[in-house]
Amino acid sequence: MITSILTAPRSLGLRQESVLPGFGLTLGLSVTYLSLVVLIPLASILISASGMSWSEFAAAVASPRALAAYRLSLGAAFLAALVNAVFGLLIAWVLVRYDFPGKRLVDGIVDLPFALPTAVAGIALATLYATNGWVGGLLAPLGVKVAFTQMGVVVALVFEGLPFVVRTVQPVLEDLDRTVEEAAASLGAGRAQTFAKVIFPPLIPAALAGFALAFARGLGEYGSVVFIAGNLPMKSEIVPLLIIIQLEQYDYRGATALAAVMLLASFVLLLLINVAQRWSHRRYAQS
Amino acid sequence: MDIEAHHVTKRFNGFVALDDVSLAIRRGELVALLGPSGSGKTTLLRIIAGLEFATSGRILFGGEDASPRGVRERRVGFVFQHYALFRHMTVRENVSFGLRVRPRRARPRPAAIAEKVEELLGLVQMEHLAERYPSQLSGGQRQRVALARALAIEPRILLLDEPFGALDAKVRKELRRWLRRLHDDMGLTSVFVTHDQEEALELADRVVVMDQGRIEQEGPPADVYDRPASPFVYEFLGNVNKVRCVVGEDGNVAVWTGEPGLGGLGVGARTETGDLATAYIRPHDIEIFAGPVRVGQPAQVRHVCAAGPTVRVELAIGDELIEAELSRARHQELDIRLGRTVYIRPRHPRVFAPGEPGAGAEATEAGTAGPSPAAGRDSSAAFG
Repeated sequence: MITSILTAPRSLGLRQESVLPGFGLTLGLSVTYLSLVVLIPLASILISASGMSWSEFAAAVASPRALAAYRLSLGAAFLAALVNAVFGLLIAWVLVRYDFPGKRLVDGIVDLPFALPTAVAGIALATLYATNGWVGGLLAPLGVKVAFTQMGVVVALVFEGLPFVVRTVQPVLEDLDRTVEEAAASLGAGRAQTFAKVIFPPLIPAALAGFALAFARGLGEYGSVVFIAGNLPMKSEIVPLLIIIQLEQYDYRGATALAAVMLLASFVLLLLINVAQRWSHRRYAQS
Repeated sequence: MDIEAHHVTKRFNGFVALDDVSLAIRRGELVALLGPSGSGKTTLLRIIAGLEFATSGRILFGGEDASPRGVRERRVGFVFQHYALFRHMTVRENVSFGLRVRPRRARPRPAAIAEKVEELLGLVQMEHLAERYPSQLSGGQRQRVALARALAIEPRILLLDEPFGALDAKVRKELRRWLRRLHDDMGLTSVFVTHDQEEALELADRVVVMDQGRIEQEGPPADVYDRPASPFVYEFLGNVNKVRCVVGEDGNVAVWTGEPGLGGLGVGARTETGDLATAYIRPHDIEIFAGPVRVGQPAQVRHVCAAGPTVRVELAIGDELIEAELSRARHQELDIRLGRTVYIRPRHPRVFAPGEPGAGAEATEAGTAGPSPAAGRDSSAAFG
């Protein structure tokens, strides 16, 4: 019995001669865990959505309200991830390259959006950006309205996505060999040229990975957005909220259909970003 | 282009890396900065390059003060210890970098850049690997790319920081010879940093030995090897036996026998008859005889290493270990075997008396402590 368990992986050609034992056991546990936690719930969405007829499905997922929500969710998440890619790079740069008092504090603050309950963030942002809030009050005379608009959604997603880019770029930047900058300077390159041609390219894969994570987080973010978005149908309503609304109206099928679309969209987008990241890794991160 | 360093001092947070160093390098010379780690040799090289700035003192290029100019303006070719290649660029892109980053007005046309790069790749024998990335190259190949990249800007001065440090012995030898040829063909003025005395002695026109931020000695390799100016240089350049001895009359020293028959006392202004001193004797300056000779000292053979061009023999006089080197022919003639007793006599011992500058701690220690097992170990520890 025992021997048959031990020899089974070998007969499948999976057994690796290794000084580290337990490949079979740990792989088995990993697959089981991933199935229980990730794959089965996701599959259930597709299965229950597949119970609908095509016309039913189309009506649920292609209503003007749903289309507006897709647009907002994707657009805001993309925009927020883009903002975070730029500023996350900057923050990572400052944290790695300079020494200043309070550096560790700043480093800690970066993680705050990870730790803070999203609802707390949402309430704080909504208060701050409302027309009578500190920041909103300053913007209002300029005719810029943030809270309860689509811009509010972007602001909330920028907040939530910030740590991703910083934390993916930071270690790569730390590992970057400083002598390559000296080499570039000795060959006559200026600071700007050194950054653009020598420092930045190796960071691209990490920045893209951070972008992907921030983007994925933005697509799924709910808690902080609902407080600041105002949630006006067709205008500032994100897909996760629309799903909740349909659930509250006991329209389980409609909710599942929307969920299936989001699932598919997330999957395709992450796939694309991964491909881009792989390509950039091959191109820029020869190590 | 002549390079001069004038009273260069460099401090890092209170630590003195260079202490009032002055050095003149003539045009076309190939100079080695040799020293142990922490001796300041790399700091000096980086200050010459403009990667580091001296706390005080000046650097002159061709008689012109280069101190205010940074590395960008100095137009020196610098080869870094670990090559510092741009790993996201191919070999070709790496080599052309220095030309591509020139301001538009001074930048050669793409065709001219391509031609120049091709020429450099030919020079370093890397044409066939031009499209590879640095990660796909061996250490020696990376080193050659780094060199080609540095030469692309047509530098007047080539500076190399431990150029062969990370390479295996065979590749190192090849590259060494090749660098020497390149230096001669291109008429460069080159300075390289190394901690490998063999490399410095073989490659350089002039060796500058550094220790603790100061220049201990400079001169042609043979001079520095044959006439070390201080115990430090003696020990750093090649193997040496350190032997306690007594200063006899006429400044002669008695090594081992108590019979003052050996000449060659290194002056030692303050030595007096009867003073204890330390004699430095190279292993190949120990003569070995099968039977008793004048001023010969019986010694027991402890170990024989006959692999290689010369035979190395470890001998013991009491608890003192002496290393000697002799030719294979002489070894066969004498029939030296483990455990046998032979007679040895030192040639050209050099003595640094306690009072002599640089003679330092070990001589004093030998003088005060007298014969001790520690001193015996000391003499064997001198073999690098």
